Amino acid sequence: MTNDAAARGRLIRAMAERLIAHAEELTALDQAIGDGDHGLNMKRGFETVLAQADTLAEQPLPEALSGIGKTLVMRVGGASGPLYGTLFLTLGKTLPAEPSAADWPSALDAAVAAVKARGKSDAGQKTMLDVLVPVLEDLKRGGDGLPGRLATVAHAAAEATVPMRAVRGRASFLGERSVGHMDPGARSSALLVDAVVAWLEEKA
Amino acid sequence: MNKNVGIVIVSHSPDVARGTADMVRQMVGDDVPLAWCGGNPDGGLGTSVPDILAAIDRAWSERGVAVLVDLGGAETNSEMAIEMLPEERAGRVLLCNAPIVEGAVMAGTEASAGSSLEDVRRTAEELRPA
Repeated sequence: MTNDAAARGRLIRAMAERLIAHAEELTALDQAIGDGDHGLNMKRGFETVLAQADTLAEQPLPEALSGIGKTLVMRVGGASGPLYGTLFLTLGKTLPAEPSAADWPSALDAAVAAVKARGKSDAGQKTMLDVLVPVLEDLKRGGDGLPGRLATVAHAAAEATVPMRAVRGRASFLGERSVGHMDPGARSSALLVDAVVAWLEEKA
Repeated sequence: MNKNVGIVIVSHSPDVARGTADMVRQMVGDDVPLAWCGGNPDGGLGTSVPDILAAIDRAWSERGVAVLVDLGGAETNSEMAIEMLPEERAGRVLLCNAPIVEGAVMAGTEASAGSSLEDVRRTAEELRPA
């Protein structure tokens, strides 16, 4: 499925376009509890990914994912660059050249562990991990309803960051005042999950 | 080859980074290799991994380089840059957990005395908030 360049190109564009389309919303979320740059940062990173989509899509999936990761690291300009960059770089490093459905849970497991290490964080701290961890757990659970179920899990998980208190990143400076707003990183992670799920369903 | 540890200053703001470097320079003159960077890849507030790598290169010393950062994104981006260093430089660049201005001045002073990278970091980190 991921062995053809056209399909890989659609996946790369789907992720990039989804993030770019929601840049203003992410910025508004980040203005509430951070420094307001998350939308612009993700947009800058994914605009470069979009510009490279054809070249990236010609490579096998692991190399394409690593390429996305490297671009995000070099172009985003905020902490989300290394964090999302590490997610994609680790997926690229972990997946075999022609991954089957069974390869994804362990690859995402490694990628989420790498994001935890990079951010010195874990679920429950009002970050992107509050979406990635439940999505990973649901993926590992397997069974009926995949991949569509993952989008529902991701959105519920992003919503669940609203009452949390931030203890990592700029939002932690706000302490109790970070409560009542959705974490922008959780939202951008849910958007990425959305894009991947939509791409998988379109192919099915 | 410079005999002293180098110092790199990474701020979200180029003005803060440059001003901090000016203060270090005033303390230690040209005895310490010193470089700064600030701003995201488009020039707005933020930090940039390629700029951090270039700054480490400019401040390079065989005895190592100490990196001072301001806020979380600068720290995460600097950690990423340090991991991306060529193998022969790995392990010779350390991030200091210290306030950027005071930490850079203390690190610069310690470095100008010919101290090791570990000692430079230790001195900067004595200022770490409790």
